[in-house]
Amino acid sequence: MSKRIGKRVLGATLALTLVATTSLVTAAEIEPAVVFDMGGKFDKSFNEGVYNGVEKFKAETGIKYREFEVTNETQREQALARMASKGADPVLGVGFAQAPAIEKVAKDHPKTRFAIIDAVVDLPNVRSVVFKEQEGSFLVGVLAAMASKTGKVGFVGGMDIPLIRRFACGYVQGVKHAKADAEVYQNMTGTTPSAWNDPTKGGELARSQFDRGADVVYAAAGGTGLGVYQAAADSGKLAIGVDSNQNYLHPGTMLTSMLKRVDVAAYKAFMDAKSGDFKTGVQVLGLAEGGIDWALDEHNKKLITADMKAAVEKAKAGIVDGSIKVHDYMADNSCPG
Amino acid sequence: MTDTWLLAVLTLDATIRVAAPLILAAMAGLFSERSGIVDIGLEGKMLAGAFAAAATAAVTGSAWLGLAVAIAVSSSLALLHGLACITYRGNQVVSGVAINVLVAGLTVVLGIAWFDQGGQTPPLSQAARFAPIKLPFADALHDIPWLGDLYHELISGHNLLVYVALAAVPATWWVVYRTRFGLRLRAVGETPAAVDTAGVSVELLRYRAVLITGMLCGIAGAYLSIGQSAGFVRDMTAGKGYIALAALIFGKWRPVPALLACLLFGFLDAVATRLQGIELPGIGQAPVALIQALPYALTVILLAGFIGKAVAPKAIGVPYVKER
Repeated sequence: MSKRIGKRVLGATLALTLVATTSLVTAAEIEPAVVFDMGGKFDKSFNEGVYNGVEKFKAETGIKYREFEVTNETQREQALARMASKGADPVLGVGFAQAPAIEKVAKDHPKTRFAIIDAVVDLPNVRSVVFKEQEGSFLVGVLAAMASKTGKVGFVGGMDIPLIRRFACGYVQGVKHAKADAEVYQNMTGTTPSAWNDPTKGGELARSQFDRGADVVYAAAGGTGLGVYQAAADSGKLAIGVDSNQNYLHPGTMLTSMLKRVDVAAYKAFMDAKSGDFKTGVQVLGLAEGGIDWALDEHNKKLITADMKAAVEKAKAGIVDGSIKVHDYMADNSCPG
Repeated sequence: MTDTWLLAVLTLDATIRVAAPLILAAMAGLFSERSGIVDIGLEGKMLAGAFAAAATAAVTGSAWLGLAVAIAVSSSLALLHGLACITYRGNQVVSGVAINVLVAGLTVVLGIAWFDQGGQTPPLSQAARFAPIKLPFADALHDIPWLGDLYHELISGHNLLVYVALAAVPATWWVVYRTRFGLRLRAVGETPAAVDTAGVSVELLRYRAVLITGMLCGIAGAYLSIGQSAGFVRDMTAGKGYIALAALIFGKWRPVPALLACLLFGFLDAVATRLQGIELPGIGQAPVALIQALPYALTVILLAGFIGKAVAPKAIGVPYVKER
């Protein structure tokens, strides 16, 4: 009796194991993983964009992904390494801050494929996705110049690094494109990483620009930007969001947002891996590739006139077909004009 | 000319906005330090207050409740500091640093756990913040040349907590120099044994002092998160507690000089903000890093050359032991 039960149990276990293995095989085409950066996946900005992208992938393919939210600097490398050693492939890192960690972990796990958004890591098993921020900044610069009544507009950057100068430079070119005699005030919040998280300083910088006559301000400053948008709302001036659509933060005073479609980049990285054509190397997404755009929705449609919309669409077409050249600050570390 | 005047007034306006939390924190530190308790933990208590205010305001939608909870949280941290330093006679600097480290981590962890926004609190609506107060006749008097701008921009249009900060200075002066409690407070920071001999409890006095410190730090924190901005962001105090402590030492532990030191720091900050990206005659455009180092460099120069010796309360940092 007991022998029979034992056999039955054994049989059942075997069957179960078989089922488990087969299901594992079908679903184990790829085991993608994503490591979100500081800010977390609901940061209403960069990380949330990536989250939306990988969620879309999950909804369409039914393939689950592993995830980790980094809460301090030292966790980046550990999290990436753990994903890789658990067999995840591809592993997606979010944000330029993860570049050194990806570089190290990708060397240790040469068979695992990695992708990083917003930075370049030059290794054979890494896909680096970067954006032409200057093109999107150019577009919102056009809008800022047209929306400004004083002919003076502002820019508030986060940490003073070439990437942020690239935003500023594209913005200035856009402003001058729409209104050659317009003035642009530029401020950087700081020179240390704390400049990404200082909304009070951001608000003060925006106010100082308003005091000098600016009436539209564009912030590319992470959490610091929230203070800029708040200051604009408090002073009745216009602000421009960045990375993801931030128009909803202060409907009525958010002129538009410069969109970096990190969701597209994340979705594509997983999708390419699934369909087997995951290419490594550098991918540059600009207006032409749909990786960059400007935001128009129900929160800001009253602020965008038909003229403005026509002008920005014209500029967009010009950039895509090459008749308008937007200078990239990072190409030669200088900005014309 | 009027443009320059307006710019000057607006710079002073920014000075007051930036200096307000420093003033509150410096007055907070004054009570604790004059009673003989070193308080490095101003920063942590402010940060805790900022988080508590923003979290409460986000959930309840009430700025007043936010302020109340900020004061409560900051006060309980102050009492913890008191417990460690007064009752258990621990090292006051270590206890203060411990509070700073604890709060820096705890606010982020709780923020992530409660709001899922990477340690931020959700952005607050206007109703959940202390809105700018327009003083009477601000608009009517705006057209008067010179003074109109001064009244409209500089004196009117701040949020309530700015006025609280400015009122805290004469109030502190009055309490410390004109009341019995103040006399004993100063005495207990110099020679606690004398106070003890007079039959007054040293421990109770010091507890009352750190409690006041906690309350003022709570207001300072609430100012940051629900007055000046609209939400909590990790590490949003950004060293303001330490600057307030420096201002207190700068002002030789006296209310009015400490106020002036806070205003100086605020002014340098406001000027630095406005100097950035402007062509200076003869120098050209100054680098961002240089402009930002300016307030600190000036502080060192002023401290080294002009202020003279700052003498701390004699019994500061020394736990009081009744009998040896």
